[in-house]
Amino acid sequence: MKRNNLIKMANAIGAFFEAMPDRQQAVADVAAHLQRTWEPRMRGEILKSLGTAEEAQLKPVVRDALLALACSDA
Amino acid sequence: MNAPQTIDFGTPRVGAGDTVKLEIDGIAVSVARGTSLLRAAAEAGVSIPKLCATDFVKPFGSCRLCLVEIEGRKGYPSSCTTPAEAGMKVRTQSPQLARLRRNVMELYISDHPLDCLTCSANGNCELQTMAGVVGLREVRYGTGENHYTDVVRDESNPYFSYDPGKCIVCNLCVRACEEQQGSFALTIAGRGFGSRVTAGQGESFLDSDCVSCGACVQVCPTATLMEKTVIEKGQAGRSVTTTCAYCGVGCGLRAEMKGSEVVRMLPWKDGRANEGHACVKGRFAWGYATHPDRITKPMVRAKISDPWREVSWDEALAHTAREFRRIQQEHGRNAIGAIVSSRCTNEEDYLVQKLVRAAFGNNNVDTCARVCHSPTGYGLKQTLGESAGTQTFKSVEQADVIVVLGANPSDAHPVFASRLKRRVREGARLIVIDPRQIDLVSSPHIKAEHHLKLRPGTNVAVLSAMAHVIVSEGLVDEAFVAQRCEAKAFADWREFVARPANSPEALEAASGVPAAEVRAAARLYATADNAAIYYGLGVTEHSQGSTAVIAIANLAMATGNLGREGVGVNPLRGQNNVQGSCDMGSFPHELPGYRHVSDTVTRELFERDWGVTIQSEPGLRIPNMFEAALDGSFLGLYCQGEDPAQSDPNTQHVTAALAAMECVVVQDLFLNETAKYAHVFLPGASFLEKDGSFTNAERRISRVRCVMAPLAGMADWEVTLALSKALGYEMHYAHPSEIMDEIARLTPTFAGVSYAKLEREGSLQWPCNDDAPGGTPTMHVDEFVRGKGRFLITQYVPTDEKITRRFPLLLTTGRVLSQYNVGAQTRRTANVDFYAADLLEIHPHDAEERGIREGDRVGVESRAGKTVLPATVTERVQPGVVYTTFHFPESGANVVTTDNSDWATNCPEYKVTAVQVSRRSGA
Repeated sequence: MKRNNLIKMANAIGAFFEAMPDRQQAVADVAAHLQRTWEPRMRGEILKSLGTAEEAQLKPVVRDALLALACSDA
Repeated sequence: MNAPQTIDFGTPRVGAGDTVKLEIDGIAVSVARGTSLLRAAAEAGVSIPKLCATDFVKPFGSCRLCLVEIEGRKGYPSSCTTPAEAGMKVRTQSPQLARLRRNVMELYISDHPLDCLTCSANGNCELQTMAGVVGLREVRYGTGENHYTDVVRDESNPYFSYDPGKCIVCNLCVRACEEQQGSFALTIAGRGFGSRVTAGQGESFLDSDCVSCGACVQVCPTATLMEKTVIEKGQAGRSVTTTCAYCGVGCGLRAEMKGSEVVRMLPWKDGRANEGHACVKGRFAWGYATHPDRITKPMVRAKISDPWREVSWDEALAHTAREFRRIQQEHGRNAIGAIVSSRCTNEEDYLVQKLVRAAFGNNNVDTCARVCHSPTGYGLKQTLGESAGTQTFKSVEQADVIVVLGANPSDAHPVFASRLKRRVREGARLIVIDPRQIDLVSSPHIKAEHHLKLRPGTNVAVLSAMAHVIVSEGLVDEAFVAQRCEAKAFADWREFVARPANSPEALEAASGVPAAEVRAAARLYATADNAAIYYGLGVTEHSQGSTAVIAIANLAMATGNLGREGVGVNPLRGQNNVQGSCDMGSFPHELPGYRHVSDTVTRELFERDWGVTIQSEPGLRIPNMFEAALDGSFLGLYCQGEDPAQSDPNTQHVTAALAAMECVVVQDLFLNETAKYAHVFLPGASFLEKDGSFTNAERRISRVRCVMAPLAGMADWEVTLALSKALGYEMHYAHPSEIMDEIARLTPTFAGVSYAKLEREGSLQWPCNDDAPGGTPTMHVDEFVRGKGRFLITQYVPTDEKITRRFPLLLTTGRVLSQYNVGAQTRRTANVDFYAADLLEIHPHDAEERGIREGDRVGVESRAGKTVLPATVTERVQPGVVYTTFHFPESGANVVTTDNSDWATNCPEYKVTAVQVSRRSGA
């Protein structure tokens, strides 16, 4: 799983949900979408971008969703 | 008629209304007002002779055989053109009628060759039958001037022959072409004895506008238009009713058989998806089933560079099971998976996903719907609550405004297109939203009122702009929205689309569609009594495919165009069983009935029934499988009836992934492109060899019946059972009906479906359960499946695939009428006479700039790859846009398409690829 591809895919998901007026809900929706449709090794791989230079490539709504996922997976 | 086994009522059924009572030959008859006397008699079991009438087309009254006497009236009116009236007393037989009919027949026969014994229609010729019925015993006219000698047969069409010498000029073929197909390709030329059926302006059938739907052949009462297979093989002895395996219309067909050989295919008159019509693929292109390229023996090889070795079924399955288990032991349970085909039956698809979940022990199962309509499933589930279209095909007959968006039904869903065109000829108004000038924009007696010729990749911009007009001009159906939809979500959406940034004027630069056109189209859609949207892969196969589907549902909810006949959101599914394969749990995150694998209650239901534990996490989608193969964590694939090496985008990426796997198992009819990377080949069965069911785009479940025994000795469902057994998980079914029983037991929307009921009803539209025992033709009637309809904001996000100086053109892809998807079937039929190679359509301006002329071979290069295609210079495409099909592997259309995909579902963005096109030296 190439992480840059996963980041691109996650940002595309973020681009849809970030247009929603309720940001908290948008973060939850991005997290739920990743949880419900991404196979665990894909989620595991993209979570590795947190805390690295790659995190800057994430849309804020995606980054926050990944943080939420990281907490729930922990 | 050439279809003697079915009852022909002579004229079409009229709509249900009040009835009239009359008497025919002393029999009391009650029929709907407006019914012809010919039909009224037929419904009462009274047969009136006829030659120019059939219940497919409107009455014409030319043959003068169906004359009757009506008490109290003068003369002998033709019963086909005379409506039944209350109190009529009709006689169909009298000495005078008999004399008149004999005289008419005598005139017909005087100008018709008397070669009945050697004629291809012998035994199935309505002219011959009528001669017998009226008691014709002599022909008093000499053999003088006639028009059956010195005529030249037209054998140009690969599937049927035209013999003008046998024509009785009944006009049936001309009328079928007009009324049934809507092509207007035939006419009667000449006068008197010189009268002839003529294709186009006197060209051959092949060179004319004829689309080879075969409706003319079907209605011909003589051997004038006759299937070449019947000429060659003779009349059939039996017939089997089944369902077409091409597009998502799912036409009912009747295979006429001689032993185990198909003689011809006729559309099934009682098939509700097609009501007696078919297209060139369904009616004629079935010869691939017995093509010499068919592989009927299992084969294995250790390396993909080795030659294939034929083996027994047992050896092939044992080898597969051994390899899959080895890979799982070495690389983990999730290192293998399967791809399910939308061309296989519901029962086969159900079994493969069960094999993956129960025997493989993971959720790595996906369907080729991934690469076509997965955004439909997502978008409609989110907004309306169910991953399916809302209507029947027949519903279009009630539509006043029809929007065709990113679909080309004349080519890809031709039988539905004929219905749609008929409705437009009756007065419905048409809006086409498509980058190309598809046939529906302007064809005989059809003209779209608006053609929004948008740039590829801007559907969401145009749909949001239409929504802006509807909201800002007070065109929302406020009562419908207030009653049926979530208030907060609607308010958010209304505020969003009302923003100036979403106005047609603001989005004009992005979409290329003049704002005034968008405004006019939006007003027309919103103000219609009944407005229906039909869409296809031109919507879904985009990076914003799911967003566009959501935007379509938003429009329909905002204007109250859901929940009744004539309206709705109608995805035109690409393949015969896309809907079914999705329904059957072929997605890696959903069990049958679109229930998420994380849903404990559902999972436990299946776990109890199957006696296994099911993973609660989603598995890999097809593109994810390829990614995982390249990183070494996915190494075994069972690929049933699918050819990703040709059909999936970025061919180099796909083939590299396949080459990286350790055990690729392909089950197919032919050695397809993917088989080049396979280690095991399992022979598949064509639809003629299948027993099961398909579910079409209108959620209609129809039976597929075995017409001939599987050539490889095993049905596909039996192969899956055997593979599962080899893997140590036994499944026990004696017949596909038992698989459907299990589906019904475990899937609430299918709870009322059984083979017995399908036999009784002919077909059923799901949901079919205690709440809807007869099925559900129209969904969301009183409330949406999810309760309240949910508007979602659809921000337009331009695709990453940008044009640049290096790649200045946008390539989009599609199908032609005569070929089907990767062409594995249609390339092995005479349909190649119609279309033998993929072509690149390019606008004259773009062609001139590059020095490209008609027929030149041109290089097409994208960021993903390059290929070479012959060019055709045409204004069907707009400047800046080029178009091609992907039916022939040698054209490599998917060598140039990219990895971009829909944000929600990973459906590939086939429809937008930035390319450069250049003339090849020496072209």
